[in-house]
Amino acid sequence: MKAIKKIRGRAVVIPGDEIDTDRIIPARYLKAITFDGLGEALFYDERFDESGRRREHPLNDPQRQGASIMVVGAGFGSGSSREHAPQAIKRAGFEAIIGESFAEIFFGNATQIGLVCVTLEPEDLGVLSEWVEAHPEGEVEVDLEAREVRFGGRTAPLAIREAAREALVSGRWDPLAELLEAMDAVRQLDAVRPGPGKRGGYAGTA
Amino acid sequence: MAGKTLYEKVWEAHEVRRLKSGQSQLFIDLHLIHEVTSPQAFGMLRELGLKVAMPHRTFATVDHIVPTDSRKEPFADPLAQAMIEELRKNTREHGIELFDVGSGRQGIVHVVGPEQGLTQPGFTIVCGDSHTSTHGAFGAIAFGIGTTQVRDVLATQTVAMPRLKVRRINVNGRLKPGVGAKDVILHIIRTLGVGGGQGYAYEYGGPVIEEMSMEGRMTVCNMSIEGGARIGYVNPDETTFTYLKGRPYAPGDDEWEAAVARWRSLASDPDAEYDDVVEIDGSAIAPYVTWGINPGQAITVEERVPDPEEFPEDEAALVREALEYMKLEPGRPIKGQKIDVAFVGSCTNGRLSDLREAARVVRAAGGRVAAGVRALVVPGSEQVARQAEAEGLDRVFREAGFEWRYAGCSMCLAMNPDKLVGDEISISSSNRNFKGRQGSPRGRTLLASPAMVAAAALAGEVVDVREVLGVDA
Repeated sequence: MKAIKKIRGRAVVIPGDEIDTDRIIPARYLKAITFDGLGEALFYDERFDESGRRREHPLNDPQRQGASIMVVGAGFGSGSSREHAPQAIKRAGFEAIIGESFAEIFFGNATQIGLVCVTLEPEDLGVLSEWVEAHPEGEVEVDLEAREVRFGGRTAPLAIREAAREALVSGRWDPLAELLEAMDAVRQLDAVRPGPGKRGGYAGTA
Repeated sequence: MAGKTLYEKVWEAHEVRRLKSGQSQLFIDLHLIHEVTSPQAFGMLRELGLKVAMPHRTFATVDHIVPTDSRKEPFADPLAQAMIEELRKNTREHGIELFDVGSGRQGIVHVVGPEQGLTQPGFTIVCGDSHTSTHGAFGAIAFGIGTTQVRDVLATQTVAMPRLKVRRINVNGRLKPGVGAKDVILHIIRTLGVGGGQGYAYEYGGPVIEEMSMEGRMTVCNMSIEGGARIGYVNPDETTFTYLKGRPYAPGDDEWEAAVARWRSLASDPDAEYDDVVEIDGSAIAPYVTWGINPGQAITVEERVPDPEEFPEDEAALVREALEYMKLEPGRPIKGQKIDVAFVGSCTNGRLSDLREAARVVRAAGGRVAAGVRALVVPGSEQVARQAEAEGLDRVFREAGFEWRYAGCSMCLAMNPDKLVGDEISISSSNRNFKGRQGSPRGRTLLASPAMVAAAALAGEVVDVREVLGVDA
């Protein structure tokens, strides 16, 4: 698994607070048994009207094509636990999201697929957003080791839950391999923990 | 030494070890799966050549995509049919029990778990669905996970999780007549904000919660996530034990007393320390209705739609965005707001007690669903449907002009044929009023209790259910 220490790229601002996962990926795109093609459905109902015509939206802006960093507001990713939301963002080519705050489940889902979510102080975030709006070609750098976001000669301190930062920079953001190492202990717990069972099948002590 | 919260006790009993990142590897007692967020996880297992580690702790049902107007297969939507087939294949292949359509036990996963007795105090419970917090009503630590984590739990019966802080929310006093659990949680979310619970597990307590039925507690815990808290729970008590006794997967008679003793010991100690404590005056809560595009944008039925000018600048933008989308006029009373659709159902309010409450309002109001209003009652499970039919509730609804449906998520989330059309406005007993949530990109949602939804269905507009029931405000 790849260690994720630094991300550099052009950015796009998605304005607004409390952007929920239903908006990021409308539920009808969840009717599939794979995550394939989700990138194209990202923010679909905000990018296209009901007849499929493009609306004005930052992701439709030709100048923003190829951006790999998304700048958002507060409470990003609230609502449904659908991993389809971070999957769609990642599959649309984004590697990092910078915001004021993230919803709990979204943050966990994103981190586990190596999509970096970091926060800035509201004031710094405002400065960054304005700078990105004014500099479509400008590059933003998210440095997880130095805990900094850099843009246009400026530096702003970033925040991220330490366990997530550690998992990303050490290349352990997908925990499955580490979880599998402890299967002996897990089986022991299974043996003593109560579990749902038909009458008489209840055998727990712990 | 200070006592411990239930959250701490349950966490410690399930922590397999600390991972290198500092997160905990947490053992999961019960994993619930459904057709939408599990197929990719099974796909990943297959790619990795892994098996389901503990199928005896994994239970499946189908809820999001099932049509509720007809059970005839193949479903009209081939994608829906493909998803149910995939779940059948995966559960068969891995030896997982599936509560399939027509089994008598199918339903919304958060209704089925408790009613089957799968959900028990002290359990860690996960499901690829944010409303897994519902199960916290039993004193379980239950939370929604993403699909990659569903894979982790299938493969290892554990998940990597950071430990949360605990906020105790005391709901004091007594609820007034006509006010229910839905109003309590909407009031809490309005008070603490939709992001107020980030980083916290919510422990609900106080006289109002203690007096509440299990169904009511489930409604409250269900919407914890709408307040930003991934976990919400209530300490187990006699109400919990009485509910569980005799349920198919609950401990049997021979183990019952030992189980109850253990469950009791898991409740938060009287001297437990909390990271935060919030006091809520339950006596001051009135029936609620949302006016905006997130569940925190809620007012009591006595209030007026807010004016963005009354908000600080950083909040005003979101208020303006909401009013524009909702096409509501600032300063107008929410009472009298016309509606096109009324929906009673969902994991928040699709249980028997919710249907009884809605039926009580229909009986009290008399008359029929207002002209031009489409009204649906969707039981949360096949068992709820059966019980409601045995009590004649289906007849009450049908005779008043409501559609009586089969069990499923229905119009809560637009993954099945039940959807809003155009810019229709619905009053809904579900949990989310997000833009486009009910299936039309321009559809509008007013969240309220099942009683308020039933009252509005008959009136064709938002009314104060207390007036219908003839109780004092």
